[in-house]
Amino acid sequence: MNRKNAPAIKDAVEFDITLKPYEKFTLDNGIPVYVVKSDEQDTLQLEMIFPAGSWYEQESQIAAATNFLMKNGSSQHSALQINESIEYFGAYLNRNSFHENATYTLHCLTKHTAQLLPLLQEVIQDPAFAGEELAIYQQNMKQRLAVNLQKCDFVANRYIDKYLFGDFHPYGRVSTMMAYDALQPESLHAFYQKHYTYNNCKIFVAGHLPDDMIPMLNKYFGATKWNGESALLRPELPIQIADEKRHRIFNDENGVQGAVRVARHFPNRYHPDFPKMLVLNTILGGYFGSRLMSNIREDKGYTYGIHSQLYNFRQTSALNIQTEAGRDVCEATIEEIYKELARLQQEPIPAEELSLVRNYMIGTILGDLDGAFQVIQRWKSLILNDLDENYFYNNIRVIKTITAEELQHLAQQYLTPSEFYELVVI
Amino acid sequence: MIHYNKFTLANGLRVIVHEDHTTPMAVLNVLYDVGSRDEEPERTGFAHLFEHLMFGGSVNIPDYDEPLQMAGGENNAFTTSDLTNYYVQLPAENIETAFWLESDRMLSLAFGEKSLDVQRKVVIEEFKEHYINKPYGDVWHKMRQLAYSTHPYRWMTIGKELSHIETASLADVKAFFFKYYRPVNAILVAAGKVTTEQVKALAEKWFGDIPAGEKYQRQIPVEPPQTAAHKLEVKANVPLDALYKCYHIYPRQDKRYYAADLVSDILGGGSSSRLHQVLVKEKKLFSNIECYHFGTLDAGLLTIEGKLVKGVKMKDAEKAIQEELSKLQQTVIPERELQKVKNRVESLLAFEDMSLLNRANNLAFYELMGDAALMNTEFENYETVTTEDIHREANIIFNEKNSNTIYYYADNQI
Repeated sequence: MNRKNAPAIKDAVEFDITLKPYEKFTLDNGIPVYVVKSDEQDTLQLEMIFPAGSWYEQESQIAAATNFLMKNGSSQHSALQINESIEYFGAYLNRNSFHENATYTLHCLTKHTAQLLPLLQEVIQDPAFAGEELAIYQQNMKQRLAVNLQKCDFVANRYIDKYLFGDFHPYGRVSTMMAYDALQPESLHAFYQKHYTYNNCKIFVAGHLPDDMIPMLNKYFGATKWNGESALLRPELPIQIADEKRHRIFNDENGVQGAVRVARHFPNRYHPDFPKMLVLNTILGGYFGSRLMSNIREDKGYTYGIHSQLYNFRQTSALNIQTEAGRDVCEATIEEIYKELARLQQEPIPAEELSLVRNYMIGTILGDLDGAFQVIQRWKSLILNDLDENYFYNNIRVIKTITAEELQHLAQQYLTPSEFYELVVI
Repeated sequence: MIHYNKFTLANGLRVIVHEDHTTPMAVLNVLYDVGSRDEEPERTGFAHLFEHLMFGGSVNIPDYDEPLQMAGGENNAFTTSDLTNYYVQLPAENIETAFWLESDRMLSLAFGEKSLDVQRKVVIEEFKEHYINKPYGDVWHKMRQLAYSTHPYRWMTIGKELSHIETASLADVKAFFFKYYRPVNAILVAAGKVTTEQVKALAEKWFGDIPAGEKYQRQIPVEPPQTAAHKLEVKANVPLDALYKCYHIYPRQDKRYYAADLVSDILGGGSSSRLHQVLVKEKKLFSNIECYHFGTLDAGLLTIEGKLVKGVKMKDAEKAIQEELSKLQQTVIPERELQKVKNRVESLLAFEDMSLLNRANNLAFYELMGDAALMNTEFENYETVTTEDIHREANIIFNEKNSNTIYYYADNQI
């Protein structure tokens, strides 16, 4: 045995990745239920999704506040009673509000499902939006914001999105003390009434389902036209981009690090360049062996970590490079970022590196599809974006077959340093 | 019930195999029995710095990450006050790559000057990012020093001060490696779509010829019982006053640990927990309040921390916490409340076990505690806790003499 020689490996292109299909049921009132079963464990995940994200709000923070406060008391029970009942069964009921959608996700042991569904029904269909609950929320969110505003990375994330999309666009709009102060129970209730309706609801279930899962869902969510029918328009909202590309902000005079952001617009996921850019982004800053990590962390030691990401927003995307670097080396970091962008434009990716990235990406997808909870996440992302498995398989095909020439061409098209916004917040 | 097989190589390396043929993936987890509690007081942060150096190339393989990524794998590592854990996840077909990489760095590192040079800088940036450049980031540094007089838990895993990391030398690195990173101090777990026969052969092939090393005798100074309350006032450039209270609890393998763990859940677990309900929702004294502990192997700290609502006086906030603790000391909790926190543990354990990686991590951790089999009986330790145990432990733990309090004042206003 020679320890210098690597064992033989099976190459990524040989892995046959399949996305396990879902089963679809329709409740009596028309709500679609997407199911991926796996009986190996005794756990269940149930997610209810509504088009109730910040895209639809007329006043800042309405969507997030509505989503949060639905769980804090109904006409029948107080927040404490509801939370105690859920937590008594060891269950977790998490809520989240994003740009497009807002969600309620239940995680529980399968054996407790029957006791938990009526509680979920109450949270979804009968929230009270009590003034006192809102007042506590406003105060606590303002305090949290005050703490976050001292963090350079938090501040940098706000500014870079503002440059890319504009103050008034949901992608660039930020939370403010004023916005929290302006929230009213009536406007929350109105937003709720319009968006959390039976005809806007989709349900995704994964894991070990009780035998009577669908009848139970029908009983609690399929029997009536709860909250009535509400037709939602999804207006296209124009982005307003900043003219000035270079920004330096001092947030904390004693800061020992700066948050660096280098970002540009990029087309959304429906554009044919999107899956290709997922590969180029991985090479640039999407994994530990990336160009940015190898240079700026592993060679120069300027930072604990540097990453680039492609936003998964629906209307338009962006490529964003982000790091926290030593205060004295922020400018040197930006210089190195530009060097790496230019290198991708000037030199084709070596065959070895491209092959490594293909294998890494495929290996990661294989790991990400391990288990029903993960599989339903993929499906959810496809279904909510009006896509199907062909999109998924096309992305795999691109990873397996994209050439160094295509990637260089893509870099020349999208990685020109002068087209990037750059920001340092100290 | 997590099934596994266990065997030991001639050099003392303990190997655990957890077969799961429902996944296409495999995990290789290597745990080394060394953490920041094993450091010298003048050279803190070393175990963690060393974790970074483990990725700087080994004696026969110049780069750890590249061949792994080529095999479709991902990896990471973490260091705690008690242990250092490395893990790899990759398509099961390529598991031998993980054996090759992990065995070579157990055999010997490359010990390059450049790697040490760069990783010193990287760790210093990590230190700044998490503990200096964040509001309240220094609180654990201060709390550990306040709460421990003797035990090495008095410094953070990242290190007591930057200078300790700055002055680490290559000689220190080598000595550390050959003392701690030996088969006799390690636990290997292979999990996923693998067979025990296959793992036996691979472990023998790649790890069998590594010199055993010497089992070191851990001699950690014992923390004497605390006999008087410790208090510290801090003023810093933060927007809100904050209050931190820590109480010494029990070692991880003490029977009483489980009651202490449930006490922390009664006070701080979920939105129906006592502290959140009374102090955030009813009295509106805190904008958030938490109760937690780190589950350390030696006796750790049960922590209550919260940010005060603007305008609330520190004295009043502390008094209100004290009232909640007194309730636990005076009145036995209802059975339903105890059942709730037990149900939460049951559920938490079930969700943890869903991930192959967690199962592999946990098997190694329980083996470190003496026997991987403990993983399968862990919930029973919680089930046997009674309301009387909770009552008794609340009286022991929340003794004023056992308390460490930091009053963290904002020196400017929002």
